[in-house]
Amino acid sequence: MQILVNGEAVATDARTLAELCATLGFAQAKVATAVNGSFVASAKRGLTPLSPKDEVEIVAPRQGG
Amino acid sequence: MMLDIYGERFTSRLLLGTAQHPSPTALKNAVAASSAEIVTVSLRRESARARAGQGFWELIEQLGVRVLPNTAGCRTAKEAVATAQMARELFGTAWIKLEVIANDDTLQPELFGLVEAASILVAEGFKVLPYTTEDLSAAEKLAGAGCTVLMPWASPIGSARGLINRDGLKTLRAYFPETTLIIDAGIGAPSQAAEAMELGYDAVLLNTAVAKAGDPVKMAQAFACAIEAGRLGFEAGLIKPRDMASPSTPVAGTPFFKIDRVS
Repeated sequence: MQILVNGEAVATDARTLAELCATLGFAQAKVATAVNGSFVASAKRGLTPLSPKDEVEIVAPRQGG
Repeated sequence: MMLDIYGERFTSRLLLGTAQHPSPTALKNAVAASSAEIVTVSLRRESARARAGQGFWELIEQLGVRVLPNTAGCRTAKEAVATAQMARELFGTAWIKLEVIANDDTLQPELFGLVEAASILVAEGFKVLPYTTEDLSAAEKLAGAGCTVLMPWASPIGSARGLINRDGLKTLRAYFPETTLIIDAGIGAPSQAAEAMELGYDAVLLNTAVAKAGDPVKMAQAFACAIEAGRLGFEAGLIKPRDMASPSTPVAGTPFFKIDRVS
């Protein structure tokens, strides 16, 4: 299915957000996630199913003012 | 007296942003020179290839300072709330520098969305530090929502224009004597930071003025000195300005004094 990850189209077979994060190499990374504009806690990623056209955000610490 | 942020005490009254510094080493040195105990950070989309955030986090951990994550770039309360929730998990802190931005030209806080987001986040247990203006009614609503720290701008972010509404900021200080007030944004020179501190503001949050200075480390030190000097001046009690001169040297006993020369 096609979803959006950080604004870019991605084809994935991942059934859950946790699977998607693992596929992208973020399983152990310091990241936070949201799906369709709502925060998803790391503990809930395995319980969060993905559907076509979902918009996923995967963010990490960055410089800020 | 120390800086109080939600019951935690800090010696330094300078909060430093981590963006735009010339290099990671320059950032580390600037933080050390500033004596800042709190630095601001953000969260951004992580690329699976570059993984820039992982390296940045290692650097922040080495600094040994508290982090204050922001919601920079958010345009709505909903975006700001979701960003704050991600920040709390990512950085392991309930502190959030809440920004809801109205437009690109001024980067002015969008006060209606700000109040809405602050109310939601306080109810969720966040300790909200809202980036606001000197507007009293917005400040009252934010305080009513449970914010015990307010961060009014001095002037637009990155503009280096200093305190463009000094009277408004003075009124805000007088109106909220017990609230921790931190000047956030628009400071370009150490003298401007000292002016804010002389008005009785509790702290100053800086980024561009240090990061983009010719010598960021020296500028960080200059701001640290200015902020400390301004605070000491405020605590010491400034004399009131007056229209006409008042001799500091005693008039009585002036040599060659003649009464008919007095105008």
